[in-house]
Amino acid sequence: MMRISTSWLNDYVDISDEDLKELAGKITNAGVNVETVEEYNTPNLVVGQILEIEDHPDSDHLHVCKVDVKDEILQIICGANNLEKNMKVIVSKIGCVLPTGIEIKKSTMRGVESCGMMCALSELGLEEDNEENHAKGICKLPDDALIGSNPYNYLGLDDTIYNLDLNPNREADCTNHIGFAYETAAALGKKVEMPVTKCHPIKDSVLSELEVDVLTDNCTMYNARKVKNVVIKESPDFIKERLTNCGMRPINNVVDISNYIMLEYGQPLHFFDADKLGKSIVVRMALNGEKIVTLDNQERILTTDDIVITDGEKPVCIAGVMGGINSGIDENTKDVVIESAIFDPLKIRYTSIRLDLKSEASRRYEHGLNYEYTMEAIDRACYLLEKYADAEVLLDTITYDNVDKTPKVAKVTLSKINSLLGVDMTLEDAKKSLNNLQFPYELKGEEFTVTIPNRRNDVAMREDLVEEVGRLYGYNHITSKLPRLEDKKGGYRESVRLRKCISKRLRSLGLNETRTYTLISPEMDGMFAYEKHETIKLLKPLSSDKSVVRQTLIPSLLNVAEYNFARNMDDVNIYEISNVYYDTDKEETKITILMSGNYIYNMWQNEKIKSDFYVLKGIITNLLDYLGYEGRYSFTSTKDINDMHPGATALINVDNRPVGFLGRIHPKINKREIYIAEISMSKLEEKKTRSYKFKELNKFPSIVKDVAFVMPLEMESSTVEKEIKRSAGKLLKKVQVFDLYRGENISEDEKSLAYSLTFMDDNRTLTSDEVNELFNKIIKDVCDKLKIKIRN
Amino acid sequence: MKEKVNELKQEVLKKIENINDLNSLQNIKTEYFGKKGKITELSSILKELDASQKKEFGMLLNEIKTYVTSSIDSKQKEIENRILDEKLEKERIDVTLPGTVIKNGSPNMLEGLIEDLEELFIGLGYDVVEGPEVEKDLYNFELLNLPKGHPARDAQDTFYIKNDEILLRSQTSPVQVRTMLENTEKSPIRIICPGKTYRRDDDDATHSHQFTQMEGLLIDKNISLADLKGTFDIIAKHLFGDKVETRFRSSFYPFTEPSVELDVSCFNCGGKGCNICKNTGWITVGGAGMVHPKVLTNCGYDPDLMSGFAFGFGVERLAMLKYGVTDVRTFYTNDLRVNSDRKDV
Repeated sequence: MMRISTSWLNDYVDISDEDLKELAGKITNAGVNVETVEEYNTPNLVVGQILEIEDHPDSDHLHVCKVDVKDEILQIICGANNLEKNMKVIVSKIGCVLPTGIEIKKSTMRGVESCGMMCALSELGLEEDNEENHAKGICKLPDDALIGSNPYNYLGLDDTIYNLDLNPNREADCTNHIGFAYETAAALGKKVEMPVTKCHPIKDSVLSELEVDVLTDNCTMYNARKVKNVVIKESPDFIKERLTNCGMRPINNVVDISNYIMLEYGQPLHFFDADKLGKSIVVRMALNGEKIVTLDNQERILTTDDIVITDGEKPVCIAGVMGGINSGIDENTKDVVIESAIFDPLKIRYTSIRLDLKSEASRRYEHGLNYEYTMEAIDRACYLLEKYADAEVLLDTITYDNVDKTPKVAKVTLSKINSLLGVDMTLEDAKKSLNNLQFPYELKGEEFTVTIPNRRNDVAMREDLVEEVGRLYGYNHITSKLPRLEDKKGGYRESVRLRKCISKRLRSLGLNETRTYTLISPEMDGMFAYEKHETIKLLKPLSSDKSVVRQTLIPSLLNVAEYNFARNMDDVNIYEISNVYYDTDKEETKITILMSGNYIYNMWQNEKIKSDFYVLKGIITNLLDYLGYEGRYSFTSTKDINDMHPGATALINVDNRPVGFLGRIHPKINKREIYIAEISMSKLEEKKTRSYKFKELNKFPSIVKDVAFVMPLEMESSTVEKEIKRSAGKLLKKVQVFDLYRGENISEDEKSLAYSLTFMDDNRTLTSDEVNELFNKIIKDVCDKLKIKIRN
Repeated sequence: MKEKVNELKQEVLKKIENINDLNSLQNIKTEYFGKKGKITELSSILKELDASQKKEFGMLLNEIKTYVTSSIDSKQKEIENRILDEKLEKERIDVTLPGTVIKNGSPNMLEGLIEDLEELFIGLGYDVVEGPEVEKDLYNFELLNLPKGHPARDAQDTFYIKNDEILLRSQTSPVQVRTMLENTEKSPIRIICPGKTYRRDDDDATHSHQFTQMEGLLIDKNISLADLKGTFDIIAKHLFGDKVETRFRSSFYPFTEPSVELDVSCFNCGGKGCNICKNTGWITVGGAGMVHPKVLTNCGYDPDLMSGFAFGFGVERLAMLKYGVTDVRTFYTNDLRVNSDRKDV
């Protein structure tokens, strides 16, 4: 944010006749964003004059006043003790909202009507709200104050402030009033007038009192001048007011002048106490480990990447960042050496970041300086020191100058301007924009050869000129059209489409999509690992709970579940599909589902389908079928995934390779029944699927046979199914479990599973004899092979 | 004889009329049509008549048989219907009791908005492309005209992972870079790239260290800011209604030149000024510009032959504006009481 004082701005470009709010709009439209306009003007707050004062009939301290506010005479009750007849006062009329937020309403005080308020400065937020200030009573304005006008004008608060929200490319030229004056002038088509810099030096020359040596390429310009016998005192009002209005605290005339010039030219200056500095200035890179105590009384340890100003031996200033306490101005300073220099922006940037010393000065150095202003600013400083600090200015300037002064030139044609902006500008329009910008140019045919002023280091090439011309011409001249392009089908590329399909399917199956943070704590990342990868850690995390890039989404979803459980949301059926990262740059897309509580329910009927292992498994098989993996997947139990229930967890395999797992979370992690599934979408993607083809339906009847086996508890159904299929051959079309039984007639360590077998031939009708024969063979094979019995 | 038949008919009809249950009806059937039924008995008389009488009496008898049977049938239907009605009345359910809860999953509001915009762009011929979140500095910054040490990097305080080369992407622009580089023929490009992005911001109501961007890139011959304006018009109207107007404001992004801010007229107050538009009548919804010639060159395109525009939106910001969300953390809390399962999300 940069604060511009418009009364100061008026020194360089005439805006005295402008409506400052309107002007702010014009400048914003032209491209520099004036975000807010601060003006001291409160509606319904006016200058008034007390015509009559009478005592309140029913109070010993209140007064009933008649106050002239130009359009009317108001009756106002007031308790202040400094009321005088004919006194000019600040009146807040009914409806006025004071800067402190208080709204003035019509009221009745002890039976007498009051139509407004006469204000003290504390009530306007201009003084502290304390006993002492209350005792002063209301504010008395000068006798010549105009009744009905804005009272702030009589309080020295007649400046309007522009708060600029600058884009980084305009930091260099718009963080000073002269630069912003050029932008203002461009918006108005006016010219800029530069400030007075001419002083009256004494006969002595600085050349005999100071030597400057620059030993590093990181300083391209170094100017030094010297003044003597300064009188340190308070700054004149206009300097104090302007600095304050721009957000800087006035200190004393000498320090204030250096800040004033920085806000004027954008050139930070450094003032040394000449007696402390001595006769020599050497600019060089710091030595490793070299130390300096800066003006804020902190010892700083330097590196060879820092530029320092030395007195030939020890550092006296960290260039562009902060001065040393060993050479600074104090109340006893007599002679001052003024530095106006240009340092390498990157070096200043890195030093200020490393030392955590970002300042108004470093901000300007790192965006680059205009050498013309570097030279002018030092003269302007001498002028102001002479005028406001009684300084005697020494003759001459010591200058080290290694600046490349080759003019920056760029070319642009009118047709390029029009084709890039999509407008229909004339040559005159383009010329007008360049003239307003005060960019010198030559015109040949329709080609402009533009010399870019040094104050604009953000403009360098053809497209920059297109933007400059365009923004002044006005983007509101652009007429919308759609690009005329070759027809092309749009769509999701590669895995994006797959992810969208899966996401929509899971949603239609009743799962809520969640979005959780990629960055988690190292503890969370260690959970639910079933493959070992190296975790990616941030170099400088904001906090440890967001310090690693996650490899698993499960802990994040568990947190979501906990959050909702805590709010009495017991049915949590959620999923997230996100990328995880490991081993520096490996990327994998994971589908994670968490289910707990009920899936489908009807409370008053006491009917529910709980979110359990088999519901989740059903969702996964639904998804895998939908994606085209029907018949290619299997589930095998596993005990190897940490934090999962060892007896209720299965690997999900496609083509006999694991692509994920599902199961119940280990009760030690959470006592609730929580089921999760994690599938690697990336692994799924590697397993290609065939596109759907219609298959003629079988015309021949099928025969269904049921059988139940009794087997040991731990035998898995898939084992039995596998044997049935192996024995049956291709006439068996389908095997379905339709009953699980434990209890009477079966021993405690056994269970019974019943299967329904569907037989069919694609080419003929099967006879019941052949099916019976096959059925009996299957039963015999299964019983023999698995050593189990048929249930009677 | 005739009279006797008619009498019988009247007698039956009268009996049927007063009957209310199926049993009694069955009794009547037996009484008249049973083995010794009154009508059945009449048939036996038929045999004893001579030929001429036989014919006449036969017809009469048939008529009365048909008539009585159909009367009994319709009475039977009537009783059956009544019984069914009574039965159904007893089955009456309380239709005001709640239905079984079958939940449809909802998308996260951000995803809902992204899918909505994707549909729009796919219709305009754009491809939806994604890229890695753990990214190279080269793609996230350098090739985008943001060399190391560039002050504009300050605006994107970035999470670094390895030295200063690998980072969590601070914007989705690297996907544009990758797409341009991968296009070896240097042919036209029309893509949008939605995705997660990260910056070192402390989380509060308006800041989030993780957020979502949706960027677009179009490269072709003779593309201008006017093409961008038209494209933006469509997006703005799609999101905020046909009445909104759009405007460009000059801006700066290192990877576009000229750069603009994308503003829409306030959809809440219609431009009069309200707290949503901070009394300006306009709301900034994104940034855009013409692809910087250096970026084109870095990615192998000749800025003299091809030009293009790029635009970017903060999806959280759009969602906050569109749905009236006031705290950005809402999108990441996943409170299931938020029910965004709606056709317009």
